[in-house]
Amino acid sequence: MAPRIDLAQRIDLAQQIKPFLLRYGPLLTTIVVFILLFLTGGWLYPAMQNPQVFFNLFINGGSLLLVSIGETLVILTAGIDLSVSGMIALTSAASAALLRGGVSPFIVLPLMVVMGIVFGLAQGCIIQFLKVQPFIATLMGLFFARGMAYIISLESVTIKDSFYKFLALTPLPIPLLDAYVYVPTLVGPIMFLVAVYLMFFTRFGRTVYAIGNNEQSAMLMGLPVTRTKIGVYVFSGLCSALAGIVFSISLLAGYGQFATGMELDAIASVVIGGTSLFGGIGNVIGTPFGVLINQTIVSVLQFNGTLSSWWTRIGVGVLTLIFIGVQSLFYLRRKP
Amino acid sequence: MKNYSLLNRISQNRLFLPLGALVLILVFDAIYAPGFFKLGVMQDADWGPHLYGNLIDVLNDAAPLALIAIGMTLVIATGGIDLSVGAVIAISGAMGAVLINPALGNQLRLNVEAARNATNTPLPIIVLAGLAAGTVCGLWNGFLVTKARIPPIIATLVLMVGGRGLAQLITNGQIMTIYYTPYFWFGNGFIFGIPVSIYIVLAVALLAWVVVRKTSIGLFLESVGINAKASYYSGINEQNVKLFAYALCGFCGAIAGLILSSYVHSEDANNIGLYYELDAILAVVMGGTSLAGGRFSIFASVVGAIVIWTFTLTVYTLGVPANALLAAKAVLVMLVILLYSEYFRRFMNRFSESKVPQYDIAEQKGTQHGTAN
Repeated sequence: MAPRIDLAQRIDLAQQIKPFLLRYGPLLTTIVVFILLFLTGGWLYPAMQNPQVFFNLFINGGSLLLVSIGETLVILTAGIDLSVSGMIALTSAASAALLRGGVSPFIVLPLMVVMGIVFGLAQGCIIQFLKVQPFIATLMGLFFARGMAYIISLESVTIKDSFYKFLALTPLPIPLLDAYVYVPTLVGPIMFLVAVYLMFFTRFGRTVYAIGNNEQSAMLMGLPVTRTKIGVYVFSGLCSALAGIVFSISLLAGYGQFATGMELDAIASVVIGGTSLFGGIGNVIGTPFGVLINQTIVSVLQFNGTLSSWWTRIGVGVLTLIFIGVQSLFYLRRKP
Repeated sequence: MKNYSLLNRISQNRLFLPLGALVLILVFDAIYAPGFFKLGVMQDADWGPHLYGNLIDVLNDAAPLALIAIGMTLVIATGGIDLSVGAVIAISGAMGAVLINPALGNQLRLNVEAARNATNTPLPIIVLAGLAAGTVCGLWNGFLVTKARIPPIIATLVLMVGGRGLAQLITNGQIMTIYYTPYFWFGNGFIFGIPVSIYIVLAVALLAWVVVRKTSIGLFLESVGINAKASYYSGINEQNVKLFAYALCGFCGAIAGLILSSYVHSEDANNIGLYYELDAILAVVMGGTSLAGGRFSIFASVVGAIVIWTFTLTVYTLGVPANALLAAKAVLVMLVILLYSEYFRRFMNRFSESKVPQYDIAEQKGTQHGTAN
């Protein structure tokens, strides 16, 4: 091979790498931070080297992963969804109450999914047609969902249904590894694949980015802004309902106080995953890593045993701040 | 020449909507909750004779929220938002609880009577420390927003997520019970039979009003909120104005934290002031301040806070469980949203526009009618 061509190729490569780095820099940082964090944990606490610990991140972070995926899409349109934790509480309380009333789980599960979709649809319509700020509208959604959960039951309702117990307690072995997950754990990764497909291979996904960058021009380009924006909140509602189902299966209970503050964890995970809260920048691939980082901090604290749980909050807060800094380094800063 | 009718002038006033809502709720109470307006005088072993009744409770309970709403109004006026006030409440309450007795979190105090007058730190220092902690939090938010140029919602989110963790760090993760009686004065004391917290709100509101309306700071706040860049080019130090607003919001949050922890005689870093940021934003929006920034009214926000608590106590009086209140509050927010939504505004505009031609005709006829527009 002639050296000149080699040089040209190298320049070409460098020119390709720069925009790649600018675009995926925060995502790569997130992945590197996660790997480093996990390796450090494994180095400090040898028990963390067990592969099961890695899969526990998915088992324990299942519902957080689901709501974060929905939240990512909403944030990409420059919106925000604060109602996710309320929806988890409502779904868990409603399904527990229905199951206690003797309704078949095969009716309850689809019903909960439909409820999530309808809830998201209502929020999307309020935001889109009444021109209410997403922050306020979904805040109302949070209050409403939590309040409804308390109206259903003021106390925690245990789930004694055999199908739910089967889902909650049957481990699925991971091939080649001495580890297992549960059936509900798989919901998160499946929804993640759905979100990746939506965002990377459909017009819907491109429209989401267009709206996030500039809603006005997206509308002038003739893109289906109304449909897409409502669709994003519907997707988030669906994800939170699924998260509520996963949550209620893993705890085998329903309660209005479940998942308090999870919307903050979800937003932090999305930000740590490299999505800009301005909208339009970032992608859904980073989000699971944001969730994994969150869960890794939790498990490191658990393995340590002497540190207290509030360090999770401080850690997540500090990491969010750091990643906001990382984002402003990589992404072109927009005018305030 | 525009000659506003009295009715029009009243309905144009900022206080019209929140006061209207307040009157509506009170009328509802008068019909469905007789006894809501009952006032009485009660002898109290600690605080002497004082007024009691639902109306006093409303004002007393609304005091922390009103304080935060005052700070939040200024922040929102600059086009920002402060999500961290709930965490600031927790931090300043934690400072108070810890300074009164650092060991209280770890050991049971058996002799409660002796503890009533025992403190490790003089009261003024406790108050100053709490206020300082809150102001530092506010300055931190302001620093992130102005110097680091992080959008407010994200910048204050950091403290919202981490702040309660910090408060737990201060209290060592314990729910701290406070036994020191002089500290309770802020939340439970009375001056001339009226709760101290009401005086505190009045003082802070007046102070804020004097600062923003009798100096040019209020104008600066509004101009920054309407167009930060234009204000910068016209010589306003946009960063300092914002810094001032966030610091004041932190300060107000700190007072609210002291009052709240003194009111409930304890400090629970996880739950004290939970959702107060959301209630405060609601109060400000109800007071007619746009979340986009610009024109603001401190007193309208205070009235907004009172509306929220009147509503809350009304719902309690009707026997709705405390936890289910959230759903009722959501309905209230929904109504407010509808009132302020573009649909409703357009509907109102159409309503008033339909009158305009009549006035035009009237003027052509040479009558002395004023125009409604």
